[in-house]
Amino acid sequence: MEDFLSRLRELEESGSAAIRAASAPDELEQVRVQILGRKARLTQLLRGVRELPQAQRPQAGAEANRVKDSLIALFDQRAAELTQGPEERAPQVDLTLPGRGRWRGARHPCTLVTDEICDIFKELGFVRARGPEAESTWYNFTALNTPLDHPAADEQDTFYLADDIVLRTHTSPVQARVMQEWQPPVRIVVPGLVYRRDPYDASHAPAFEQIEGLAVDEGISFVDFKASISYFVHRFFGEDTATRFRPSFFPFTEPSAEVDVSCLLCHGEGCSACKGTGWLEIMGAGMVDPAVFDNVGYDSERYTGFAFGMGVGRIAMLRYRIPDIRLLYESDVRFLQQFERA
Amino acid sequence: MNVSYRWLKELGPTIEDSATELAERLTYTAVPVDDVVWLGEGLDELVIGKVLSVDEHPNADKLVICKVDIGGDEPVQVVTGAPVVVEGGFYPYVGAGQTLPGGLLIKKRKMRGEPSEGMLCSERELGIGRDAAGIMQLHGEYEVGQPLLQALELDDYRLDVDVTPNRPDLLGHWGVARELAPGGNADLRLPDFPGQVRCASSIAKVKNEGVTAGVTVRIEDPEGCPRYMGAVIRGVTIGPSPEWLGNRLRAIGQQPISNVVDATNYVLHELNQPLHAFDLATLSGPAVVIRRARKGERLRTLDGKDRVLDPEMLVIADAEVPTAMAGLMGGEATEVTENTRDLFLECAYFDPRRVRRAAKGLALDSDASFRFQRGIDPDGLPRAMQRLIELILTLAGGSLDGDVIDVNPRPSAPGIVTLRPARVGHLLGVELEPGTIKACLEPIGFQVGKDKAGSLEVEVPTWRPDIEREVDLIEEVARRHGYDRFPGAMRTFRPTAVREDEYVESFHRLREVMIGLGFLEAKTTPFVPQGEGDVRLLNPLSEPEDHLRADLLTGLVHRVEHNLARGQRDIRLFELGTAFSAAAGPVPTESIRLAATWTGGRAPAHWLAEANDWDVWDLKWILGTVASLATPGADVRPADPSEHSATLDEALAVIAPDGRTLGRAGRLPAARVDAPPWAGDVWALEVEVTPGRPATVDYRPLPVHPAVERDLALLVEKQMAIAEVGAVIRETGPATLESLWVFDVYEGENLPQGTRSVAWRLRFRAADRTLTDEEVDRALGKITSALQEKLNVAVRGA
Ligand SMILES: [Zn+2]
Repeated sequence: MEDFLSRLRELEESGSAAIRAASAPDELEQVRVQILGRKARLTQLLRGVRELPQAQRPQAGAEANRVKDSLIALFDQRAAELTQGPEERAPQVDLTLPGRGRWRGARHPCTLVTDEICDIFKELGFVRARGPEAESTWYNFTALNTPLDHPAADEQDTFYLADDIVLRTHTSPVQARVMQEWQPPVRIVVPGLVYRRDPYDASHAPAFEQIEGLAVDEGISFVDFKASISYFVHRFFGEDTATRFRPSFFPFTEPSAEVDVSCLLCHGEGCSACKGTGWLEIMGAGMVDPAVFDNVGYDSERYTGFAFGMGVGRIAMLRYRIPDIRLLYESDVRFLQQFERA
Repeated sequence: MNVSYRWLKELGPTIEDSATELAERLTYTAVPVDDVVWLGEGLDELVIGKVLSVDEHPNADKLVICKVDIGGDEPVQVVTGAPVVVEGGFYPYVGAGQTLPGGLLIKKRKMRGEPSEGMLCSERELGIGRDAAGIMQLHGEYEVGQPLLQALELDDYRLDVDVTPNRPDLLGHWGVARELAPGGNADLRLPDFPGQVRCASSIAKVKNEGVTAGVTVRIEDPEGCPRYMGAVIRGVTIGPSPEWLGNRLRAIGQQPISNVVDATNYVLHELNQPLHAFDLATLSGPAVVIRRARKGERLRTLDGKDRVLDPEMLVIADAEVPTAMAGLMGGEATEVTENTRDLFLECAYFDPRRVRRAAKGLALDSDASFRFQRGIDPDGLPRAMQRLIELILTLAGGSLDGDVIDVNPRPSAPGIVTLRPARVGHLLGVELEPGTIKACLEPIGFQVGKDKAGSLEVEVPTWRPDIEREVDLIEEVARRHGYDRFPGAMRTFRPTAVREDEYVESFHRLREVMIGLGFLEAKTTPFVPQGEGDVRLLNPLSEPEDHLRADLLTGLVHRVEHNLARGQRDIRLFELGTAFSAAAGPVPTESIRLAATWTGGRAPAHWLAEANDWDVWDLKWILGTVASLATPGADVRPADPSEHSATLDEALAVIAPDGRTLGRAGRLPAARVDAPPWAGDVWALEVEVTPGRPATVDYRPLPVHPAVERDLALLVEKQMAIAEVGAVIRETGPATLESLWVFDVYEGENLPQGTRSVAWRLRFRAADRTLTDEEVDRALGKITSALQEKLNVAVRGA
């Protein structure tokens, strides 16, 4: 019985292969005679059913008939295929052709970075704030503890619209505006365009995006500041990115700090991006200077806080390895399209 | 500020760290060091050579043949074109097979037939100075064959320190050494100069005016000049500085000039005290008067420029005219020259604000003014004066005449700042013991008093004008303790009371929609030429772009042109930004806008589809979509022919619910776009963003009864707006008229002259029942007769 079934199976396989291989009607007819004809092997096998023991005959017969039917069906199908012209065959869709598309848009790389930064700070309870781009010198300098006759004011070369009206040199004036309007707790991030009198070159533009942050409440300390900034660095640049804080000077923070991260390109080995130091400067920050609180009418004994600011273009350039800041402002569609999937 | 590592170690003998370790320490605890440069770069192989003889070259007028002793058995022969080579002089020598700092490989070669084994070098070739004209003759005696690095003290590092404006004390080597020496201030000492001449001077203190060595010194403006010290040295010989001083100055990137000038420069960089030497013979009186300039007075400064002065400026004058700009620069007429015999030395403290104002007014920068503006140490004057006197006596001879006069109408008083250790802990988040606080502050010159009821009285050293408040001291503690020693532990925080800016949501939605429509976000320059804006900058970067943009669209169109010029035909740009317009006051009005420009195909090319460019119907859809997002309730309608006709064709306007025009859109006339012939039409829109939440959604039950639809083909005169027809249908239709839309507009044959056929589909539905045909027919009849009556619009074929 086993022998019978295995011969049947072998015959089904070889028969199917022979039918599929036939490439012309007369060739197919030869195959038919060999397999299904009067003297063919299948016919002989079917006759052999009778010689099996009585008990095995129904199963063997059924299996043999199934093979016969399937071979006949295959034969008919192949016969139809071989007699039809190519144009009559079932239409074949070539799915390697492209689909019908729509244009894809893209956010500007600075927006991508801004949104991501704001989202991370949102996890820490910060909401977005905004303010005017043309500012009084009071908001841009005085409120932020930067007297105009102090050399610190030279650090930012300023565009003037009138004697006491400037294009804001940083987003920090929004700090003062928000604090004048709201009482603590304050937790804000401020993305926006800022202006400095720097001519265009590979790393400078006279108008560029900045993002600023401010947290004010009772009991906020340098420890909270370090924790929040480190949280951001890890979320934005990756868990294995190292952060270092080093002294700096900004008139509106004290203690002031410059925040460096381990170089994203060389991971601290030293390369041209980090000028061989292994570190990249990413933000200026610090504890809010009490003079700023005094200027906006907050009790500087009761409230403390921290603030930070960074150049969005610079961060975008680091993240996407853009070599020249001017690419951000040229609006070349071949550049902007690269961010459609970002 | 350039700092020499060797110089630092001389002032602070306890400093043992390497230059890079010092740089790291300074960066982590005080101010950043941008670079550490090894000055001996490429100079390892150079030696001192002594020229034994100089002979004419037999075949060339401009060349000479030198025999140079470089410490070997035989002198080497060097052929040089240097204009002056002195027999017996010492020179830097580089031999064949060796390279100069610039990478130039020296080869043995024949010059006009005479072999030359090496080369005598100029300062520039060594990378230590600017002088390229001649080879560098060394002054004094040297050991022949000695490595140049040691001979010229070039085995040194230059630290490029980025001194922040709050740290004037770090603008001299003494202050930097104080910051870095393990024991701080107590470890510092002033080393002797080679061949130091000592001078026991006595100081004559006066309030406003005094006389020394026949020179009257008077302060007329004590506010501008609280302290002025003067001294007279007679019988000096002006000449070049010795090599040690030249080396020192070159190490920090300065050029040696002459002994007296170099001496003032040396003390400036050592003790951070600007100094000036006058040629005493040129001072009329002789008198030195510190006063306000008189209106219209003039002075030619050392840089050769004629300056017109005003009374806001402080000058040093003799009995008649100004001789120097106080704190900025000396005058040409009183400058020390090679013929100068007697000197008047100035060592003063000038008010930072006054110096700053004058420096700004005259656009005059100098090492001196940079330091005065930041504030020097008023109590450091006597030591700097003594150092300068001894250095000049050492270098230029002569003798001190009379007392050193110290005119001091406003003596400084040490600042006292109260520091509460509890406040230190409160702000820094870590409790620090008074002992720890003391250990942070005392090495750098602060005197920390006893703890009285939880506060410490801290005396601030006079070289730290930046320390005025408790928080300034807390920063000192934090940085001296080390920022990295504070933990960064996340603690709970309260949610903010500030409500998020209302534009944020609008920006977000608009960006989503524009990107969904296939637009690329651009950021364009806000600076535009006159004509594209009416808000002028007082100090623009460049002349043509001296205004702020009045709209975003113009800039975006330029970006479309930029892309067309680069062969791009399919361009879709949008920008969210601020436009400025002049207002009644000095503050311009800012308007937040969304603008977009696009041209080319409506979709990427596809093998099945015909290329199809954007048209006005796309414009209308896009504008309608963004308008209501930009300003909830805003409506789009065709612009009045009078509006924008010059700037946009097929113009549409966006109207606010209050009737104000919020924006415009249309096709740019060909004349307005610099486009190649293959470019498509350029479409544009700009709309003001006025935040506000879009209307809330109120769910309506879904219909349960079937709708009945009827088509209505109407003959409408071509001049008539189809919207008018729609309005009449809507007005006269029953409450069951659920919706209506145009599904075909036909113009052409078989129509009466001047008309078009507009096919409407009307959908009727009742909420509570199935409508009957009769009901709908009646409604339709009412509509058609109203159309006939009110608009003279007939049903086609009726
Ligand atoms: Zn790197």
